[in-house]
Amino acid sequence: MSATERKPILEMHGISKRFGAVQALSDVDFEVYLGEVLGLVGDNGAGKSTLIKIISGAYHADAGHYLFDGREVAVNSPRDATALGIETVYQDLALCDNLDVVANLYLGRERTRTLIPGLVKIIEEIPMEQEANRIVSELHIRIPSIRSQVASLSGGQRQSAAVSRAVMWNSKVVLLDEPTAALGVEQTHQVKELIRRLRDRGLGVVVISHNLADVFDVCDRIIVLRLGKRGATFQTNTTNAEQVVAAITGAEFGVTDNGKDKTPDNASHSDR
Amino acid sequence: MKSVEQTAPRSVEAGEKTDAVSSLRSSLSLVDIGSLPVILGLIVIAIIFQIANPNFLSPLNLTNLMVQISAVGTMSVGIVLVLLIGEIDLSVGAVSGFCASIMAVLSVKNNVPTPLAIGAGVLTGAAIGLLQGFWFAKLHVPSFVVTLAGFLGWQGALLYALGSTGTINLNDALIVGLANYRLPVWLGWLLGILFVGLYAFGIVQNRRQRAHANMHVDSLTMMIGRVALMAVGVLAAIALMSVNRSFTDVPIQGVPSAVLIFIGFIVVFDFITKRTQFGRYVFAVGGNADAARRAGINVERIRIVVFVLGSTLAACGGILAGSRLLAVNQSSGSGDILLNSIAAAVIGGTSLFGGRGSTWAALLGALVIGSISNGMDLLALSSSIKFMVTGAVLLLAVTLDAYARSRREASGRS
Repeated sequence: MSATERKPILEMHGISKRFGAVQALSDVDFEVYLGEVLGLVGDNGAGKSTLIKIISGAYHADAGHYLFDGREVAVNSPRDATALGIETVYQDLALCDNLDVVANLYLGRERTRTLIPGLVKIIEEIPMEQEANRIVSELHIRIPSIRSQVASLSGGQRQSAAVSRAVMWNSKVVLLDEPTAALGVEQTHQVKELIRRLRDRGLGVVVISHNLADVFDVCDRIIVLRLGKRGATFQTNTTNAEQVVAAITGAEFGVTDNGKDKTPDNASHSDR
Repeated sequence: MKSVEQTAPRSVEAGEKTDAVSSLRSSLSLVDIGSLPVILGLIVIAIIFQIANPNFLSPLNLTNLMVQISAVGTMSVGIVLVLLIGEIDLSVGAVSGFCASIMAVLSVKNNVPTPLAIGAGVLTGAAIGLLQGFWFAKLHVPSFVVTLAGFLGWQGALLYALGSTGTINLNDALIVGLANYRLPVWLGWLLGILFVGLYAFGIVQNRRQRAHANMHVDSLTMMIGRVALMAVGVLAAIALMSVNRSFTDVPIQGVPSAVLIFIGFIVVFDFITKRTQFGRYVFAVGGNADAARRAGINVERIRIVVFVLGSTLAACGGILAGSRLLAVNQSSGSGDILLNSIAAAVIGGTSLFGGRGSTWAALLGALVIGSISNGMDLLALSSSIKFMVTGAVLLLAVTLDAYARSRREASGRS
């Protein structure tokens, strides 16, 4: 893949993080390129969530370097990450059910005009709705109306709304935490289509998933984390599920730690 | 009365069937669907009491009813705000009594100029809200507990402030006039027409801007319907209060100031909750505080400000109540005032679970509770029955809310 010849948009080097007695991450490298979908996989406790939270600024690494667009940056809060153009869609989507789609897309970043300086800011609904309409149609997201309450949307539509919010701020990298975990077949398909469109728009997309079938379906490259360390890296078009499962479980040539034969199917269950 | 930007769902295909469906939805959304059951309930209550006592719907009684609900209704506007962020304030009754007593003591006992005394009462409310809001938002003590402590504490403060006097009678013209002044008939009409005009202007302006931006606009009939509905409601109420309602030769007419203040609070806070960024954040915190925090919203600040507003409105309600009753005494703000102000917000359609509601709920709910109480007074029924009926209505309203919520959750997951 051409990705290897380019410079990564986001690089992490030697990342370590300890929680009390638990070494969650030790000396982990990570990189994602523009225009690729990267799958981040690993067993429970492998450190996926910790790594994602460090990238998104929710955690601060004990050691290591954080490079964005080739420059070392300090990311100490989620705000720092979003300022760089790194957006995270958490598994719970962080949507307000009681607000409509437009309000959710703009939550915390409303367009306003000041009525009384320092006191009253009026929300400018019309440009917000126009912009929201534009992004939703660009991403081919099917929702009844962007003025419908999020509570009335299906799981796939909610996921799509959360992803739209992540990409509408000129973001460069989008992290998706278990984007298909709670979805049905048709909705999973829609979300995967959406992920491909993000890649086609030139974004770097990181997908964390337990579902290896989905990972193989949508990702260009797979990074395996195992016991807090960087494991193997695969190109999806030159590997198969057995190799990835072996890397996740630490087994060689399809023989797992506990002797059981693991296939992607029984490794794909959700742990939550 | 409802947000201007809320539109009927867009029909994707222009088939006849979808047109029919969307036009049906449009006509339903002319009135906020959430408040439809309350309005129907009000009509039923009005019919029952009118049959039982033909004086119920007389201009005099209806105006009295509006004045009676103004104080509790004002407190209820504050409760709506607190409920919107998914919290509760049990101290509003005690705060209303205590703040009214501050005003009364300063004005009557210490001869402080009246506007200053009123201002001190209102500011006391704000300070109490700041304290309780800080305690809840920063120290993470549940609002239920903080305000329950306030409920006891401010009641004690009321007794302390009144001291040995017990009852302070109010006869200062300004304080008494707060609730009991009647606007000249022409001024009532002028304000009403101005309000309807502004409402219509806002809707037309919004429609023009949307049309200019090539965006979906509601049908013209829909727009005219909305304005007409608002005009009829407002002007009918003003007409009712402008009729001479006196039984003697001395004419009594005009909109009472208490009603104007109450409606004024509703309109101002409706605007704040629906149109401003602060209002959006109030709904966001009530809908999903965690999501709001991750979106960069200062959740603690929003919570503190809402508690300040809630207690300030409680103080205003207490001052209105003192003004109407011409006195502040040891029982000011006690009794069923707290429960009625919470019940009014909930009966009016504000969700106890946060994130859903409107300040107009305070009017609708207070009207329901006030009508029941007023009607039973007309029938000379004992307060025992009054309490039981109000309790049953409250239970019904909360059940409807819980039912609607479970329906939403069921549909949201599918």
